[in-house]
Amino acid sequence: MIFPEIGHFALILAMMFAVALATLPMVGFYTRNRVLLTSAKPLTYVMTLLIWLSFFVLAVAFATDDFSVLYVSQHSNSLLPIWFKVSALWGGHEGSLLLWIAILSAWAAAVAYRSDSLPNATGPVVLAVLGIIATGFLLFILFTSSPFIRLLPDHPIDGADLNPLLQDVGLIIHPPMLYMGYVGFSVAFAFAIAALITGNLNASWARWARPWTNVSWAFLTLGITLGSWWAYYELGWGGWWFWDPVENASLMPWLAGTALIHSLAVTEKRGVFKSWTVLLAIFTFSLSLLGTFLVRSGVLTSVHAFAADPTRGVFILALLVIIIGGSLLLYAVRASQVRSVVSFGATGREAWLLINNILLTILTLTVLLGTLYPLVFDAFSLGKISVGAPYFNAVFGPISLLLIVFMGIAPLSKWHSTKGKWLVHIAIMPAILAIAFSALVFTFHVFDWYLWLSFSIALWLVFMVARDWFDKVSAARQSIWLRAKKLPRQYYGMLLAHFGVAVTLVGVIFVSMNSTETIVRMAPGDKVVVGNYAFELQGSIRIQGPNYVAEQAIINVYDGDKRVAQMKPEKRLYKARQQMMTEAALSPGFTRDLYISLGEKLSQEAWSVRIYIKSFVRWIWLGGLLMMAGGLLAAFDKRYRRKAGV
Amino acid sequence: MHPVRKKRMIAVGIILLVSAAVVSLIMYALSQNINLFYSPTQIAQGEAPSNVAIRAGGMVVENSVRRDPKSLGVVFTVTDYAHQLTIEYEGILPDLFREGQGIVAQGRLNEYGVLVASEVLAKHDEEYMPPEVQEALNKSKAQ
Repeated sequence: MIFPEIGHFALILAMMFAVALATLPMVGFYTRNRVLLTSAKPLTYVMTLLIWLSFFVLAVAFATDDFSVLYVSQHSNSLLPIWFKVSALWGGHEGSLLLWIAILSAWAAAVAYRSDSLPNATGPVVLAVLGIIATGFLLFILFTSSPFIRLLPDHPIDGADLNPLLQDVGLIIHPPMLYMGYVGFSVAFAFAIAALITGNLNASWARWARPWTNVSWAFLTLGITLGSWWAYYELGWGGWWFWDPVENASLMPWLAGTALIHSLAVTEKRGVFKSWTVLLAIFTFSLSLLGTFLVRSGVLTSVHAFAADPTRGVFILALLVIIIGGSLLLYAVRASQVRSVVSFGATGREAWLLINNILLTILTLTVLLGTLYPLVFDAFSLGKISVGAPYFNAVFGPISLLLIVFMGIAPLSKWHSTKGKWLVHIAIMPAILAIAFSALVFTFHVFDWYLWLSFSIALWLVFMVARDWFDKVSAARQSIWLRAKKLPRQYYGMLLAHFGVAVTLVGVIFVSMNSTETIVRMAPGDKVVVGNYAFELQGSIRIQGPNYVAEQAIINVYDGDKRVAQMKPEKRLYKARQQMMTEAALSPGFTRDLYISLGEKLSQEAWSVRIYIKSFVRWIWLGGLLMMAGGLLAAFDKRYRRKAGV
Repeated sequence: MHPVRKKRMIAVGIILLVSAAVVSLIMYALSQNINLFYSPTQIAQGEAPSNVAIRAGGMVVENSVRRDPKSLGVVFTVTDYAHQLTIEYEGILPDLFREGQGIVAQGRLNEYGVLVASEVLAKHDEEYMPPEVQEALNKSKAQ
């Protein structure tokens, strides 16, 4: 038995260390005091240790069913399986903030561990900036959302249970991955701020920040992919993206982060876009904070807005204003000293990456606009509105397609300047091939010019990626494999990530083009034909889960005469909350998913049943995984290791 | 004109053109896809346009849910305790749809003042109340 107060106490101590971390190295920097500067590392380690101690204490409280802790009693139940008990820690507001700060401190510790290779003052100042952020969030937790509040002496015998929607593997790993991503952008932010403070605004800060940014981006990509996958099978409507404000909250930092990894590349290699990259690093982390604010303050009409406590909202808003406002002020004062002297041509790679940044920024802003528009509308008392998914689809689709077109060209172009004629020469064949091949595929489908164009663009990207690789490996008189092995990991990371985009795009196109949805009433023995498959309801049985009872329908699926699958969708009643949940049944495949979810029970034996066939839906997430792998591969390029020199 | 200045003019022109295109695309998409929320009282007083996509909601009235035995059609009534609104829907209702629960529906009003819903939303847990519905209830109570 561990007392939860230990966790609370550890958090208070951690806050004190965070305050010290935020101030001492800064004072040390301005007074040129070495002792204060070198204090940054140990302070970071102690702060991290204390925060994780507190995290561990709360995890133990969950695992041992300590319902005297208010937060545990609200989000757990003695009947929950053990892995859900522990992951229930981040199933609510207080715990997910603790996870946030725990991950922030882990990033800070990782930076501290690697900081020796940085020139004198940079490491400590970076850590101090992370310390400032940590201080803000620790204050927030301690003053408004402590997860350690106790219900004594009369504590409930059992907990209220975790929201059944969250009782799922996807939700065990999705939030930590997502937070690893968007909290990870704090490192790039801290490097940018440190560069502004120390005045070391040459290209070197970009080189230090790059691997960190890549890794965070990879985590965020994984987090978003997992979230989309979870929504697909758990919400029971077979959609993979809903343009829900909370999804948008994670998409915005991803878009800005994608722009950031590209502009960091330009800044590192060519020394241009310097002040823009700094601004983008600030912008990206600000969007992460905004995401936290939107999700945690409950200001939006959203499925994820658990809490609607105004003091919390005001606190995070204040934090947001201080951090973003402060860093922008610093930027305004310092960035004017930066001058880029390098010029570049209109068709050089710098120009293509500039287009990349412009388009990604536009995409971010359109999502931001659509997400905040209801808030603005409400604030001016113009009424309650919601901005529907069609808005996002209409705006996001064409702009991102344009982005993908340029994505084909940019990697083949050369730094500084590329001959326009040469680009046309190299791009013409892939373009023709893509259009022709896509037309061929579409002769088998209902023709839709938008989807046809999208598919051509996806193919174009694949061809251009392949072409680029072949050009690079067959340039000299060496064997292909020897040259292929010599290409840097960073380059393969880029290829992989770009290829992933094409894979996701193909998934998106086929899902929207070639999916069928049928809602039918089915009694035992009824047979329904959907697409190439016949579905037969065999009957339904009652089953008993650890913390729920369920009715399970048994549906046999036939392709011709052959039975290809037996699917068992469920309707569950979770006991603690008396809440109904639909558990969809899936029969996954590389080129198609069969998806069945139960609606209401219409009579003693008949159900309303929703049957989907989704073409290529797995490709959407497969592409996400490829992008993540690409980001990681690029981050672990050898040259960072040598330069960082562990 | 000076060649550098000409180059710049072209660049500025292109940027202006692209941003104009983007802005008009956004404005168009926004104007097409904003759904205003109306309470049953507002609808009863004729404030809501008919045959335009809107959102409406309230508490589902006890014993008002009627199903068509042959199809998936369902009709129910929602209230803000001042006025009532009938909603027609065909399809599967969400898990948390229940009599006495607050819901929001998206759809169009027909000529009889019935909301023909394309989507019914009842979200997450019993304590959760759609904010629009909460506000509508508060308003009708205040009157």
